[in-house]
Amino acid sequence: MNFVAAVGRVFLAFLEATGRLALFTGASVAYCVTPPFYLRLIGRQMIDIGYYSLPVVGLTATFTGMVLALQSYTGFARFEAEGAVATVVVLSMTRELGPVMAGLMVAGRIGAAMAAEIGTMRVTEQIDALTTLSTNPLKYLVAPRLIAGLTMLPLLVVVADIIGVFGGFVVSVSKLGFNPAAYLKSTFDYLERIDVVSGLVKAAVFGFIVALMGCYSGYNSKGGAQGVGSATTTAVVSASVLILCFNYIITELFFSR
Amino acid sequence: MSDRGIKISVRDLHKSFGSKVVLDGINLDIGVGESLVVIGGSGSGKSVLIKCILGILVPDSGSIKIDGEETVGISRGGRERVLKKFGMLFQGSALFDSLPVWENVAFGLIQGRGMDRNEAKKIAIEKLAAVGLGPEVGELSPAELSGGMQKRVALARAIAAQPEVIFFDEPTTGLDPIMGDIINSLILTCVKRLGATALSITHDMASTRKIADRVAMIYDGKIIWEGPVSKIDHSGNAYVEQFIHGKEEGPIKMAVRG
Repeated sequence: MNFVAAVGRVFLAFLEATGRLALFTGASVAYCVTPPFYLRLIGRQMIDIGYYSLPVVGLTATFTGMVLALQSYTGFARFEAEGAVATVVVLSMTRELGPVMAGLMVAGRIGAAMAAEIGTMRVTEQIDALTTLSTNPLKYLVAPRLIAGLTMLPLLVVVADIIGVFGGFVVSVSKLGFNPAAYLKSTFDYLERIDVVSGLVKAAVFGFIVALMGCYSGYNSKGGAQGVGSATTTAVVSASVLILCFNYIITELFFSR
Repeated sequence: MSDRGIKISVRDLHKSFGSKVVLDGINLDIGVGESLVVIGGSGSGKSVLIKCILGILVPDSGSIKIDGEETVGISRGGRERVLKKFGMLFQGSALFDSLPVWENVAFGLIQGRGMDRNEAKKIAIEKLAAVGLGPEVGELSPAELSGGMQKRVALARAIAAQPEVIFFDEPTTGLDPIMGDIINSLILTCVKRLGATALSITHDMASTRKIADRVAMIYDGKIIWEGPVSKIDHSGNAYVEQFIHGKEEGPIKMAVRG
């Protein structure tokens, strides 16, 4: 009986947490589409998310593309299908690895920073101060970050896709002996619009998730430094798990026959 | 109490966090232009009372009227309108780290009232001067200021929009006695100059004696005594006596654990 009660408590706590997150998301999204818009803050967040994440996302994409070419070559060579390497690299990068790797990297870099910044504002009463200065904290702090996350991650993923495919190209040509022109031809021959579009849709969703979980964890942090630390961990872990879940859901929506 | 009418009226206010009852039927009136100081030990519910009046916390039950208008359960738009009457100085100053000092002071004018940034900056520099800080301080970051200077900036921010009511949450906590006295004098000057109503919460008796017209003591979630500051030394209330003299012996038993 105690076991059933414990399961019930966990389930109720899960429902409560989901409800809180849903209410927070609904209110924040409503503030994203109603004026006034804090353009200066949106711009600052866009630079933080888009420009300053470029090095880490670029490096990740480069090595992912290179490893992908190497692994597909060694695998496909077993049944003489080495010619498919270029196609595998471009499809994997655009459909899956570009958005997922960029999403996870941005979750670690930006989601954590958002949770820490907003969490510190919460425990030092800066969020209460916003309220007393006739400024809605959700509109001022959360909406600009959601807009920036939603718009900047697709741009990062475009860059990640290009760099990743280029990484695969470099390894294939310089190490595996592929003809550059033939490699590029097979890269573009099998690439369809939906491959790129599905990746960009994923990127937009992942960007929203990273910003949402960063803001939500920070906004609801309690206590002092320990509370902010645990909000940061929660932001990164929950965003990463949600990215992987939504990756499957969006793939299913786009590609299941 | 002021004979010019009541600015804030609190009736039978209750607030609990889980099983912990923090406010247990608070009744309080603050007159227009009056300076009321609420005293009480740590964890007695002083900050919760202020946050309930501001709408940062939602009370479980009771009534809070500002200028006769009920604010418990008020709409979001109504709350924003009511909050325009308020300024607040937070215990830890609560300055925004990401903004320079002048923008902290001008924040309510720019974001809350849509004022032009250049015009708001001029007012911010004036308010900084009113609390004894030069215009060069306006360009600094809050992290570059001492605790006393941060309190002055927070006071400048609280008065920048010329509020009708100003709340002071432990205004002298963490300051040395001289800086505490300077802040108390600034509070007196600024409140008098604005003609504002002031509600302060503190456990600093020197601060209380300097800035209060009237004092109320909160204990165990209730107001157990209130009266003019001149009568606090002859209150006839054992709780107040123990508190103002800081004695260990007496009816107030401090919880070692929260």
